Amino acid sequence: MSFLDLDEFLIELAGKVELVFSPVMDVKEYPENVDLCLVEGAVCNEDNLEMIHKVRRRTKILVSFGDCAVTANVTAIRNQLGLGNAESVLQRAYVEGAQSNPGVPREPGIVPLLLPRVMPVHEVVRVDYFLPGCPPPADRIKAVLTQVLSGVEPKLEGLQLKFG
Amino acid sequence: MAAKTLIINGKHVSAEENATILEAATEAGISIPTLCHLDGVYDAGACRLCLVEVAGISKLLPACTTKVAEGMDVSTDTERLRKYRRMTLELLFAERNHVCAVCVSNNHCELQTLAYSQGMEHVRFEYRFPKWEVDNTHALFGMDHNRCILCTRCVRVCWHIEGAGTKNESGRGAKERIITDLNQPWGASDTCTNCGKCVMACPTGALFYKGSTVSEMERDRSKLEFIVTAREKKQWIASE
Repeated sequence: MSFLDLDEFLIELAGKVELVFSPVMDVKEYPENVDLCLVEGAVCNEDNLEMIHKVRRRTKILVSFGDCAVTANVTAIRNQLGLGNAESVLQRAYVEGAQSNPGVPREPGIVPLLLPRVMPVHEVVRVDYFLPGCPPPADRIKAVLTQVLSGVEPKLEGLQLKFG
Repeated sequence: MAAKTLIINGKHVSAEENATILEAATEAGISIPTLCHLDGVYDAGACRLCLVEVAGISKLLPACTTKVAEGMDVSTDTERLRKYRRMTLELLFAERNHVCAVCVSNNHCELQTLAYSQGMEHVRFEYRFPKWEVDNTHALFGMDHNRCILCTRCVRVCWHIEGAGTKNESGRGAKERIITDLNQPWGASDTCTNCGKCVMACPTGALFYKGSTVSEMERDRSKLEFIVTAREKKQWIASE
């Protein structure tokens, strides 16, 4: 969502790129030959795992975008519970915390299974560039996109690399 | 006191006989990254951030605990040192659970600041995600072991400045932890004087004032400086 903080730069950006896949677009399948992808979020379930491999295969430049993608962040706190953490958090959320109809949703093929361990993107596939921040501030996103668009290797320094 | 002359980053520097490389460098306006070092208490050489190269010695030496010597040729900012500093920081992040986004010390953390200033844009090592406790038994302060980097600043201020000896270390390696007295809940400590010096000294969000939430933990080191200045210079003034 912090991408929307780019404000008027979004208009400029729209004139320079063709947006082919995004959570705010009604496109079901990640296309082939994508130049750049900003990957948000950690790899936490089977769908994420399948998707990230597909994204890597079909993308030239993959940017790990935001602390969840770069460090796994808050989403990986369940890893601290050790073996069986996936089941523990589901029990907590859908059974112990349920006000009505307690029960873990299980729909094979529809509800993706949680992986035993939440992983940052670079632990699963090769990542070209890292754009940390929770959320990544607009000027940081703009810096990376501007560098990529002008054919310069993106490089963030100092405060622009701050986690959190 | 006799002075020693040495070279730091190609610059001739003179230092007092018993000075450390870190003191000599600081005096000469050369900055070396540090994390466990805290002005006013003895150094422990725990964090390895201040490692420097000394010509003729193959291993890297911690600037905070290595004394200067006549003719010593020190380098503080080489490719090799930058590589190791970044690796050390990544290992610190991978060792426990440092989640900056939800930490009390976010934006005021020495570990976080060092990470970005040394160009750490991600951690190449697999995060260990150990399970650690939070000790919230003390009336005023809390200790979150997830965020502890074992710099031992809290132990040193507790013993050296306050003289209470409440904070101690137990275990070794990845199992090492800061304990209160003989490993009991902080709130049950007979020796803790509730002075809060450990909280003032902590570089991360491991020690905090109760009730502080994300990004709210700002540390005031002026009281520590006040006492140290009084003790060392016999001057009862707080420096800016």
